Amino acid sequence: MRARVLIRPKAGILDPQGEAVQRALPALGFTGVANVHVGRLVELDVQDASQLESMCEKLLANPLVEDYEIVAG
Amino acid sequence: MRFGVLQFPGSCDEVDALHAARRVGDAELLWHGERDLKGVDAVIVPGGFSYGDYLRAGAIARFAPVMEAVSEFAQAGGLVLGICNGFQVLCEARLLPGALLGNANRRFTFRQVELDVVQADTAFTRACAGRVRAADVPARLSIPAKHSWGRYYADERTLDELEAAGQIVLRYAPGHNINASLRDIAGVRNARGNVFGLMPHPEHAVDPLTGSTDGLCIFASMRLAVESWARDTRTTLSD
Repeated sequence: MRARVLIRPKAGILDPQGEAVQRALPALGFTGVANVHVGRLVELDVQDASQLESMCEKLLANPLVEDYEIVAG
Repeated sequence: MRFGVLQFPGSCDEVDALHAARRVGDAELLWHGERDLKGVDAVIVPGGFSYGDYLRAGAIARFAPVMEAVSEFAQAGGLVLGICNGFQVLCEARLLPGALLGNANRRFTFRQVELDVVQADTAFTRACAGRVRAADVPARLSIPAKHSWGRYYADERTLDELEAAGQIVLRYAPGHNINASLRDIAGVRNARGNVFGLMPHPEHAVDPLTGSTDGLCIFASMRLAVESWARDTRTTLSD
């Protein structure tokens, strides 16, 4: 099955990429935007979805500084 | 004294690390794919872009076969120095606390930086009298830094613990924290004191040709540590 893993910087940690995007949007005419964060997407076909959490903990995310969300199916 | 310098696909500073180590002892390269440290006395995890920094810097290198051997070597008390990408690898491998995040300025930054030797009594800094400015003032080293992902991070509780335990070894001098590392941390050691990582590159500061030679003392300190352990072991065995 096809799974998607979304990896986000943990709240409370400085996210310079998110800030850069947040500053760029008004220059293009988009207002009312706040709390922008930039993360990472990993998409994969897996035979055993129960392994996904372990994959995230070990490799796909750094749990010290990132949160992850598994979107399966 | 034999240093082993790891080499991953994408490493580039293993060359200067080898040259720097050879000013102090013997040194050889250890290929990432071989789970064999060849009996070296100390390991250097060099700078560069192992595995292209794909996913996260150091995230893939930490699982290389050679890193299994390095992990065992570290658990047994062996000396391990991580420089830049090497520091990232050691943090990913959980051999050092914390993580290295992107520079706050979102730029690859290459600058000569001044570092305060906050802990002078470690296996990596004992020979670093450096430029002693006055009593009770830390020695200061001038060493080049070049990285995009050098902002040291750990949560507040961990940072307090590191401070209390004297595990913060190097700090960026005022005005020299180029990446917004928390508490100006440039280099940390593990609790036991045998594993040390720093973002700046001491291996690029060993020859007058490139300006500062302040980096040499880190390699010299490691040799001193290994030699003194060897002496202690011999003394014990002959009792």
